[in-house]
Amino acid sequence: MSNDKTNKIGVYVCHCGTNISHTVDVAKVRDWAAEGLGSEGVVIARDYKFMCSSPGQELIEQDIKELGLDRVVVAACSPHLHELTFRNASKRAGLNPYLTELASIREQVSWVHTDKEAATEKAKAVVTGAVERVIENEPLEELKVAIHPDTLVVGGGIAGIQAALEIANAGKKVWLVEREASIGGHMAQFDKTFPTLDCAACILTPRMFEAGNHPNIELMTWSEVTNVAGYVGNFSVTIKKKPRYLKEELCTGCRICIEKCPTKVVDQGYEAGIGYRKAIYTSSAQAVPKYPVIDTENCNFFQKGTCKVCEKSCPTEAIDYEQKEEFLTVDVGNIILATGYDLFDARKVSNYGYGRLPNVFTSIEFERMCNAAGPTSGDIVLRDGKTTPKTVGIIHCVGSRDRNYNNYCSNICCMQSLKFAHLVKERTGDTVYDFYIDMRTPMKAYDEFYQRVLEEGTLFVRGKVAQVTDAARKASEEGKLMVQVEDTLIGKQRRIPVDMVILSIGMEPRHDAKETGKLFGIGCSANGWFTEKHAKLDPISTMTEGIFIAGTATGPKDIPTSVAQGSAAAARVLNMIMRGEVTLEPIKASVYQGQCSGCRICNSLCPFNAITFLEDRKVSEINPALCQGCGTCVAACPAGAISGTGFSNDQILAQIDGLLMDVTLADA
Amino acid sequence: MSEQFEPVIICFTCNWCSYRAADLAGTARMHYAPNVRLVRLMCSGRLDPTFIMKALSGGADGVLITGCHPGECHYIEQNYKAQSRWLLLRRVLKGLGIAPERVKLTWTSASEGTKLTKEINSFVEEIRDQGPLAWHKNLQQEKQETSQHNPKQAPVEVTV
Ligand SMILES: Cc1cc2nc3c(=O)[nH]c(=O)nc-3n(C[C@H](O)[C@H](O)[C@H](O)COP(=O)(O)OP(=O)(O)OC[C@H]3O[C@@H](n4cnc5c(N)ncnc54)[C@H](O)[C@@H]3O)c2cc1C
Ligand code: FES
Repeated sequence: MSNDKTNKIGVYVCHCGTNISHTVDVAKVRDWAAEGLGSEGVVIARDYKFMCSSPGQELIEQDIKELGLDRVVVAACSPHLHELTFRNASKRAGLNPYLTELASIREQVSWVHTDKEAATEKAKAVVTGAVERVIENEPLEELKVAIHPDTLVVGGGIAGIQAALEIANAGKKVWLVEREASIGGHMAQFDKTFPTLDCAACILTPRMFEAGNHPNIELMTWSEVTNVAGYVGNFSVTIKKKPRYLKEELCTGCRICIEKCPTKVVDQGYEAGIGYRKAIYTSSAQAVPKYPVIDTENCNFFQKGTCKVCEKSCPTEAIDYEQKEEFLTVDVGNIILATGYDLFDARKVSNYGYGRLPNVFTSIEFERMCNAAGPTSGDIVLRDGKTTPKTVGIIHCVGSRDRNYNNYCSNICCMQSLKFAHLVKERTGDTVYDFYIDMRTPMKAYDEFYQRVLEEGTLFVRGKVAQVTDAARKASEEGKLMVQVEDTLIGKQRRIPVDMVILSIGMEPRHDAKETGKLFGIGCSANGWFTEKHAKLDPISTMTEGIFIAGTATGPKDIPTSVAQGSAAAARVLNMIMRGEVTLEPIKASVYQGQCSGCRICNSLCPFNAITFLEDRKVSEINPALCQGCGTCVAACPAGAISGTGFSNDQILAQIDGLLMDVTLADA
Repeated sequence: MSEQFEPVIICFTCNWCSYRAADLAGTARMHYAPNVRLVRLMCSGRLDPTFIMKALSGGADGVLITGCHPGECHYIEQNYKAQSRWLLLRRVLKGLGIAPERVKLTWTSASEGTKLTKEINSFVEEIRDQGPLAWHKNLQQEKQETSQHNPKQAPVEVTV
């Protein structure tokens, strides 16, 4: 195991304030490196409070220059945090950055163990592993690849629209792919938006229009991404365009077909189940683009073969019942996912009676009801469509902050409930009860809005509602919805009669978020939201380079935050485009052809088709541009002819040796 | 021996999921037994069975292999290959008289710090129950014996 390459290795042990030193005896680890690993080539071992600080990095740089170090091991935090920092320090001092190893003694030792002695012993083993490994490291050159200047944005809600516009306005081309017939997302369904109460359509429609007509935005609605190949800078994306059954180039958006269509169906999408649409439809008159789609499941012609009213009424002969889905493959350098959220299914909380008690509404139904362009023209009425309620109860946190459903807070329900309380008061003068667990109004101008609603006379009851029922206990309860709640401020059970209940249902990850994540190669959190590269310092990036996330796809948030994230993602993408090229980790496999027996075992193992068999020479060859560096072929080659840079057999075997050195020494 | 046996375990992690789960376990200050030492690979598909034999013959009492959940491998499907290698290796271990339970495979995503913690803790207990493997000691002993007796036929040595 001793080092016959006569290396000069420097080992640096970080205290990380007290994050490491409170469980690991840093001095002992340092001394072990200096004395125990001297035979391995360690010529200097130091400890320092904060290795990642400038003076910490300078220590390393100085030693490289003065002592002529040719290998560096930093025992500190996870390489995912500071590998680059220390590689760059080495680089500045003239050492190839890949001759520097980070040994994680914080995430893997001090933070997860409590016994100081055991933790110190483990830290020594981890450092030994890193020292043995770094001896086998080879100097590597970074790989540079060009960035394709076009961008794909998936999801045309407010976050996706914002991202697309930012990039397009900077003069770069965007493919904006939206699964529904129109862009706009959830925000297009709302009436007013908290805390300012500006009308959602007034602020959103101009953005939708701009995105739909921007010379740099290729808008693809009623479309979905079906395949993603390639890597950062060079993605190749297949987009499926579902048939609308009309020729977009002929359609003028006159809406005569919609008017004439004889089939009316309940609109479970845009109208949230409380309004109707035709079998040929657009979500609303403000839809972008303006072209309708035919809902084949409800269309007379597609179901029974007769009707064709739309075709007959279309003045430009745009209807095309024969239209088929189309597939388009586009090249892009970066991808932004802004696929938004789904809403919690209120039926799951059966004690609130949604779906059983007609006058229990969900928040999204109420949004449509309040909307002047909605099914009731903005009138707040009971399910019969005409009776104005006299008393309304609003219940917070339905499906959120609840171990039975979702344990997280949906972030916007408190504000949304307050908005509803205000709208009901303003339009009907009703008595409004607001049932909350905790009031969460931390963002700009939010608590002021709460104060305003308090002053308007909404009655706040602090407590989790146990039940909503129509079973009357006495005559005065007949015909009412009774809200059973423990008022925790007065410590009493209360039964409050109301005419209408609005459930502030929580946000959930898209039902297909996992599949979308798989398609783009990014992960989801335990709750199902897309995972950020770093929750605090890099909330827009993902573990996969070139794939960014924005808006509610990463977790519940309001419109201002979704918009800010859309802009942030665009800034990251523009940054990549401006740079023109990215540096890739030089982790690649290659075949030593002199040793290749031509067995072809590796050929079928590569999911990226990077390995080809050269018929003339009867050996395999790996295309470095396609190789992603997983190393599966390296492990599989029976002739040992494939080597992988960064994670070579020698490096890994040496690391294992090092990790177990204490065991072998103890027993020798 | 009154002290309880403290096994040494090598855990192979994938850069994209289980290594990040280990990072998360750290950030969230979850606690697990200090008996396990991590090796980072880019993907569980990189796992050469030689690495496992190396660990077992070099003093480890057990090996924990971790990777992305089926269908979630960063390189599409390489974790399935890791799984088939592991299944084959278990048979080889049996043939060598080593309990195949000493090498375990488990899937953990980047967000499953809790799961990784639990898996590590229960594996440490399982290996504690198995007792020491001490393959490296036998190797050391054999080496000495062979040099003493100078036999005609050298014993099979695991060179990895
Ligand atoms: C009842 C209610 C009231 C609210 N009121 C307010 C308010 O007053 N003020 C406020 O600040 N916030 C409010 N919010 C929060 C607000 O809705 C969100 O912050 C915002 O709409 C999030 O936008 P988004 O673009 O992230 O997601 P979404 O609006 O969900 O948009 C995502 C888009 O992506 C599309 N998509 C999804 N998957 C795919 C796919 N695989 N391929 C292609 N396209 C896909 C969807 O069709 C959709 O168009 C409210 C929320 C609710 C539920
Ligand atoms: S990338 Fe994790 S197992 Fe392949």
